[in-house]
Amino acid sequence: MNVDDLLQKPPKVVNVGLRNFARDLEDQQVEVVQLDWRPPRPEDEEMKRLLEKLL
Amino acid sequence: MGATAYSVRRHTYLDSVFLMRVAQGLQAGSGVTDVAALMATPANKQLLFEAGFSGPEVESAGADDLVVGITARSEPEAEAALSGLDRLLAAPMQDASHVARSWDEALAVLPGANLAVISVPGDYAAPEIEHALSRGLHVFCFSSNVSLGDEARLKQLASSRGLLLMGPDCGTAIIAGKGIGFSNAVRRGPIGIVGGSGTGIQAVSCLIDAAGSGISHAIGCGSRDLLDEIGGITTFAGLRALAGDPETKAIVVVSKTPGPKTRARLAELTAASPKPIVTCFLGGPDAGSAATFDDAVAQALRLVGVGVAANGETPAPPAHIRGRARGLFAGGSLRYEAERILQRAGVSADRFELLDMGSEEITRGRAHPMIDPRLRAQRILESARDSSVGLLLLDFVLGRGAAMDPVGDLIPAIGEARRRGSVVVASVVGSDRDPQGLERQRTALRQAGVVVLSSSARAAAYVAEALR
Repeated sequence: MNVDDLLQKPPKVVNVGLRNFARDLEDQQVEVVQLDWRPPRPEDEEMKRLLEKLL
Repeated sequence: MGATAYSVRRHTYLDSVFLMRVAQGLQAGSGVTDVAALMATPANKQLLFEAGFSGPEVESAGADDLVVGITARSEPEAEAALSGLDRLLAAPMQDASHVARSWDEALAVLPGANLAVISVPGDYAAPEIEHALSRGLHVFCFSSNVSLGDEARLKQLASSRGLLLMGPDCGTAIIAGKGIGFSNAVRRGPIGIVGGSGTGIQAVSCLIDAAGSGISHAIGCGSRDLLDEIGGITTFAGLRALAGDPETKAIVVVSKTPGPKTRARLAELTAASPKPIVTCFLGGPDAGSAATFDDAVAQALRLVGVGVAANGETPAPPAHIRGRARGLFAGGSLRYEAERILQRAGVSADRFELLDMGSEEITRGRAHPMIDPRLRAQRILESARDSSVGLLLLDFVLGRGAAMDPVGDLIPAIGEARRRGSVVVASVVGSDRDPQGLERQRTALRQAGVVVLSSSARAAAYVAEALR
């Protein structure tokens, strides 16, 4: 992958966040997949911190 | 004394644009004076606290909990407004055709995906950028509030993999004719743009379109790319890509003033570039080769052999203005441009005050004024009642991502300002192919008694004349 390739044809997009950005791209006939992103649950964050400490 | 009612919805994630619409719906309730509808991320909890929304409900909420707070004149009114919340939340977020639960699933659903568009809350953006880069995707990151250290690290990572990281804090790009984020429906053509300023890119691309030419690609870099801490990694990658792009014949760089080291490198690259580069820097004394967006566009058009038509607009000479002018800007770069024009015209600093209504200090967790008109409407009304302010300067930005009727949203406030004797001057960034319609928006302004100029620079120059 290099930057020149990006400019050669319309992008294919993974949208992470605001749903309206994906809709605006679809309206321009851009292929889009929406990633169902959610903020991590605080308890998961805590578990991650504990695991990082242990490993 | 008002009363405040709260609702906390556990494990309910909704994006900030959806929540802005919910807040607008709640704000319409009888007696409601303030509304907050935010995910309880650490940054948002601080904003809620500063806005007076505090208490055990807010303190105990976590990042995946939705907090809605309503302040109203009385407790029954606050409770009545809150009872409308379920109905507003029931309207689903409209999704793209495919929704994936993980990065791996997303890439399986869309093989050949080459660009990630990331607009999650800033606290969570850096890991998502890294996920995308590690899978070989270029990134457009709209999220702001990513640390400068993370930005430098991630841009170096992108660069080492031959990838482009547009942003963080990147509002606009146009890649191969497709607009990403906040962008306008402009023609394709021979001029490439590389910019650290979203509204700057929008203004330049729309002026080029209005002159009958077009854009090859517009590469957003994020507002801090030309700081020496970042060193212009994305700007230089973008310039190299446009230099090699057969469609692009001339390039405009529009940004805040670069750091001194990065400025020197940019000057070297500009001198050695196989294609001519026009530079327009805002927010400092070093303007680059063009002082305004109009100048930058005129230079670029000459470079691609498009004649610049004489501007036919002849607005009536400005009335003498008593007191100060106040600019209330949706576009931060348009504010910088107006400041430069007023300063260069010799207008004394106590005669004008220019506010970027999209700056973090003013929005405090609310949506940007390009999509949420409430704060700007409020400031227009305050200014109308302030006898020391004789003139209001406004900008409107159309296009994808922006409000559906930005002028219509502010017409009641503008009408009040006009009734109280304020002169109102405005410009509109947009094209006639934008969903809001450039001419339709301009006509609505003129019908409300607003002096409408064809560009932000002309509007600022008109104000400078009026203040003489």
